[in-house]
Amino acid sequence: MKNLILIVTITLSSIAAFGQTRTIPSVDLVDIDGNTFNTLEILNEGKPILINFWATWCSPCKRELNNIAEVYDDWVDETGVVIYAVSIDDARNAPKVKPYVDGVAWDYKVLLDVNADFRRQMGVVNVPHSFLVDKNGKIVHQHTSYQEGDEIELYEKIKKLANGDVLD
Amino acid sequence: MHKPKRLLLLPCLFFLTNLIHAQNVLQESAKDPLEVHGNFNVISQYYLTDSVIAAPTVPEKFLMNGYANVIATKGAFSAGARYESYENALLGFDPNYKGSGFPYRYFSFDNKGLSVTVGNFYEQFGTGMLFRSYEERDLGLDNAMDGIRVKYDLGNGVRFKGLVGRQRYFFAKGDGIVRAIDGEVNLNEAFSSWKDNKLKLLVGANFISKYQEDNNPDLVLPENVGAYSGRITARYSDFSITGEYAYKENDPSTDNTNIYKPGQGLFVSASYSQKGFGINLSAKHIDNMSFRSDRTEGFNNLTINYLPALTKQHTYNLAATLYPYATQPTGEIAFQGDIVFRLKKKTWYGGKYGTRILLNGSVAYGLDSTRVNDLNTTRQGYTAKFFSPGKEEYFQDINLTVERKLNKTFKVKAMYMNMMVNNLITRYGGLNGSFGGKIYADIAVLDVMYKIKPKHALRAEFQALWSDQDMGDWGTIVLEYTYSPHWFVAIMDQYNYGNSVEKNQIHYPYGTFGYINGGNRISLGFGRQKAGLFCVGGVCRVVPASNGLSINVTSSF
Repeated sequence: MKNLILIVTITLSSIAAFGQTRTIPSVDLVDIDGNTFNTLEILNEGKPILINFWATWCSPCKRELNNIAEVYDDWVDETGVVIYAVSIDDARNAPKVKPYVDGVAWDYKVLLDVNADFRRQMGVVNVPHSFLVDKNGKIVHQHTSYQEGDEIELYEKIKKLANGDVLD
Repeated sequence: MHKPKRLLLLPCLFFLTNLIHAQNVLQESAKDPLEVHGNFNVISQYYLTDSVIAAPTVPEKFLMNGYANVIATKGAFSAGARYESYENALLGFDPNYKGSGFPYRYFSFDNKGLSVTVGNFYEQFGTGMLFRSYEERDLGLDNAMDGIRVKYDLGNGVRFKGLVGRQRYFFAKGDGIVRAIDGEVNLNEAFSSWKDNKLKLLVGANFISKYQEDNNPDLVLPENVGAYSGRITARYSDFSITGEYAYKENDPSTDNTNIYKPGQGLFVSASYSQKGFGINLSAKHIDNMSFRSDRTEGFNNLTINYLPALTKQHTYNLAATLYPYATQPTGEIAFQGDIVFRLKKKTWYGGKYGTRILLNGSVAYGLDSTRVNDLNTTRQGYTAKFFSPGKEEYFQDINLTVERKLNKTFKVKAMYMNMMVNNLITRYGGLNGSFGGKIYADIAVLDVMYKIKPKHALRAEFQALWSDQDMGDWGTIVLEYTYSPHWFVAIMDQYNYGNSVEKNQIHYPYGTFGYINGGNRISLGFGRQKAGLFCVGGVCRVVPASNGLSINVTSSF
């Protein structure tokens, strides 16, 4: 337990020392059509980006992305935001991702992270977990879990980023 | 064993020629800022004695699993470590997780298509049928490699990976050495004449070899065991098909009772989808495909390959934790079909907001095999017909889910399933002991969401399981209140009301309360948890019954 506290202290102090600069790491994935995709290609011409980790077996994940799907057209029109939905389904469910995404008619860009390489680099413990990226490619906000209505506060943040404001 | 050595030379050559450029990468990366991030997770529980549910006594009273990952990146360079602590491991985790340490650390760099990792790494080739090194922290599952990995991307759709190392075994390493190489070609990227072809083709192949000393006094065991596989993915418009075939040389092990029969596996999956409709059909044949870097190991230890079940991964408690199915690596034939579609909104059948319908069915059989009595000669064990289901059925499941938003405040989701699990194969045991035969069950779920205000919601789940076998009928009620974005509280009761043994007709009440803020999540749980299976990502762990207070803290930074 003493060691654990030590590690956490060292970690937290190193973060304080280096500041919160954080960008998207480079990880090779495949997109939903099976093409290779490096995460450095997650771009949106200076407009906000939402990266959302989800899985076909995760109910809150699907609830979140289905709820956002209802208002996604408005979000895109008003802010230019793009959503990258990163599925962490492994070989068991990965073949079912595209039929599901098309079946429920999502318009997100969907990526497959079958061996959790991107998830690990992003420090995601559980899904759903989302990250907001600003116009400079910096990760400025993250949120774990999903509760009904979370998209309200999330969208307030996306609007701020679209206006070039800094998040508190 | 000359062939694999020659194959491994290729990535080594790339590695050497590119090392010359490393100096440039260092200079370029010097301009990039240093970024440090990671995550932290601790699960702890204070255990109460509860003889009613046969909860094991915990002498320590309090147990804890925790870890923290720290990753530092600067341009093309990355280094990371994970500290893990089990003082002592929670009930249900392998007690070999004992104490604390740094079982995971690595250093890596990328340079013009070349990527090198020294230390620990995770990797998967194709569908993982022959090679998958991965982690499921919640299940205490981690077969990370410790060694060297080199990846090279030629940039024209051709990629190679080569690796050598040993696998993690709790706080130590396994006996065997694993050597593996994989190559993949995207034909549309590799040949300019194929660039705009409507047919998209991706082919790949790999070779895996493990080495473990033969220390068996009775048998002459192969010290080097090779395995190879080929895969192909083809897409044309809205259709796609993917397949992988794997062959494993003779690999006598505790899993296959030391027979010298080679193993083979085939997985095929076809999909068609367009907006509003998607279908996937899959089939697989697995014959003697248990593959570990230590032939004497069991459970989930030191597995080299990954053989997930070809069944739906259910999310509702009674469907997910009582009778799930896991692949039988010694042999099975399985099929699955999955359909997802949407009924249009603003129609009489789809309702105002549309309706989502998910239909899924799966079935698994044993092999169509004949026993060969040759234990004193070549020890082949049996012969099996390729892709021919045997007489013994292991599992079946058919289920339907309908989801509809009724109005701005109400959403409903209903699920019905009918399933059978052959408990002579799966051998689940509860309070009544292990039932010796086929267990048939019907499960129904109604999930209602009531949005009180935009950020306040109440959700209720009513679940029922009816069965004439094993522990009989179950009912579950879940009530959950959430106040976005920070607070949640939930209560659940599981009641085994139909148990044929009267004293086992038990209630399992459990309450949780928690707070979420950004990347932090803190939750408290209190109550009874039944013995059963805890599954994440298709792999399950048996959890003993427990009663007590648990505290869980998660942070991502």
